[in-house]
Amino acid sequence: MFTTKSKTAQWLGALVVAAVLAGCGSTVPLDSKPVTVVDKSKADGAGQSAQSAGANTVAPVAVKSASLGDMGPENVGRIVYFDFDSAAVKAESREVILAHARYLRANPERRVVLEGHTDERGSREYNVALGQRRAESVAKTMLVFGVKANAMESVSFGEEKPAMLGSNEGAWEANRRVEITYR
Amino acid sequence: MAEYDRQGSVGQPPVTGIGRRQLLGGTVSGASLFLAAPAAFAQFKVEVAGVGLTQRPFALAPFKRVTQVPVAVDQVVIADLERSGEFRQVASASGELDENTRPNFEPWRAVGADALITGSINQVAVGRWDVRYRLWDVVRGEDLGGVSFPAQDSELRLAAHRVADSVYEKLTGVRGVFATRVAYVTADGSQNRLWIADADGESPQAALDSPQPVISPAWSPEGERLAYVSFEARKPVVYVHTLATGKRQVVANYRGSNSAPAWMPDGKGLVATLSLAGHSQIYAIGLEGGRPTRLSDSQSIDTEPTFSPDGKLLYFVSDRGGSPQIYRMAAGGGNVQRITFSGGYNVSPSIAPDGNRMAYVGLVEGRYTLMVMDLTSGAAQPVPGALDVESPSFSANGRMIVYASRTKGRDELITTTVDGRVRTRLLGAKGDIREPAWGPFRD
Repeated sequence: MFTTKSKTAQWLGALVVAAVLAGCGSTVPLDSKPVTVVDKSKADGAGQSAQSAGANTVAPVAVKSASLGDMGPENVGRIVYFDFDSAAVKAESREVILAHARYLRANPERRVVLEGHTDERGSREYNVALGQRRAESVAKTMLVFGVKANAMESVSFGEEKPAMLGSNEGAWEANRRVEITYR
Repeated sequence: MAEYDRQGSVGQPPVTGIGRRQLLGGTVSGASLFLAAPAAFAQFKVEVAGVGLTQRPFALAPFKRVTQVPVAVDQVVIADLERSGEFRQVASASGELDENTRPNFEPWRAVGADALITGSINQVAVGRWDVRYRLWDVVRGEDLGGVSFPAQDSELRLAAHRVADSVYEKLTGVRGVFATRVAYVTADGSQNRLWIADADGESPQAALDSPQPVISPAWSPEGERLAYVSFEARKPVVYVHTLATGKRQVVANYRGSNSAPAWMPDGKGLVATLSLAGHSQIYAIGLEGGRPTRLSDSQSIDTEPTFSPDGKLLYFVSDRGGSPQIYRMAAGGGNVQRITFSGGYNVSPSIAPDGNRMAYVGLVEGRYTLMVMDLTSGAAQPVPGALDVESPSFSANGRMIVYASRTKGRDELITTTVDGRVRTRLLGAKGDIREPAWGPFRD
């Protein structure tokens, strides 16, 4: 169950497995390890590697690499902030959204994901829905600015990925946001 | 399991020469192959004892055994009964008695016990046991019958829980939940795990280990699968996870967010909140595939669906009236009625197994408070002392509620009797412990 490589950790891991074997009476199989999710969120490596020399050199095809222009428009903010319990796009956020909309219109093959977030207060599931509403609100603004609907996806992380930890106004304010990302 | 009638078998003559010997409750006795689970997961500890008068006094005479037993069966039974908040143990006044020996009731009356449990743990073969008990009404001097439970080494703890359940049901008429399990999530930095533990917090096993958050575990009706929401794909996706095999099925990964899964009472499908219509709405999703069927019909947020036990009504949270409140509709959609009217934020409904009560979280004077509503009258009360509450979940017998509570910046799990009198607390060693879901009866 534990994936560290040190001997102590392996020995402890074996003890824990023994404890689980001795102690459980459930239908979870006795020798089971938990399903381990590999972190898929790490970005792919950079584009094509350098060509190798040799008799059978093959000319590489330069596919437009995902890493080029990965971050969308340069020198433009990526975060839109919201008031408590609100999904209304504030006037001060329009410029940022417009800049991304222009980028997307100029690069019609790019796809943007709008990630909605909330502060920590209240039900986790209601916050998934509130974060979703915030992302959709930014998407609607982009639609008005001429971005095609199928160039955008709105998703929510609810309160699960705070930008700032803490149970205070500063943290709450920093967490009520939509992040404009290119995947 | 075998039930024996009240006559039982005529056994040895009554034990004589009784001495006075105190039994200390709560200590683990006997040699043990059972290693303590990692320090992260001690048992649920009783925090607030109920008023003495409301708890029935019982005694348990040490179960007779010939060989050393790897699990402290007696202690598990005692701890279970006390954790229910409805019983308290009085000190033992004799040596071992087995289930076939009719006890002398005088010393038990003298220490104030109303009920006495006697029993034995018999080794049938290597690694195989037979746990037997008999319950006695001390006041009337009557045999209330007994049960035997076969168990392998790894099932001894479960057998002890079944003894406690059986005693509990004989004395209260209500089925016990000591043999049930609880699912919950721990989050420590970027390590997120979904655990299944016994209802007393022991024997936790991790079903899922992920670098991304996991929320909303939901037990299938037969208790063999969990639905949950995982963010491993960098968006919320609903999975169904079969516990025995570890196999997972993606049930909802539609455009946008997929969350808040709840099982249909027949176990053949789920309802969940999907955003594919452009805003969060509730859909029915069959496990065999096919398009989801939209059930809710508003332009607002509709989420946190949960069925009534008979499957006819679907309770849910909606802000269609301007603030998050709890509503219900027919299971197939339509005929929407508002249920909560008091306060500006009422969420996270959990319906009691009898269908007559609802636990939920209401924001009251700035605190997220555990509330219980009588669904027949609509009257709602806060559960005393249950504040800063998330994700309440009724036990399978409707007597207790488990929830996550945020105290001093950390989440921990609390169980409470519905009247708030007896609470137990489970604290994670590091990080947060949250999102509890109380599992169904185990057959």
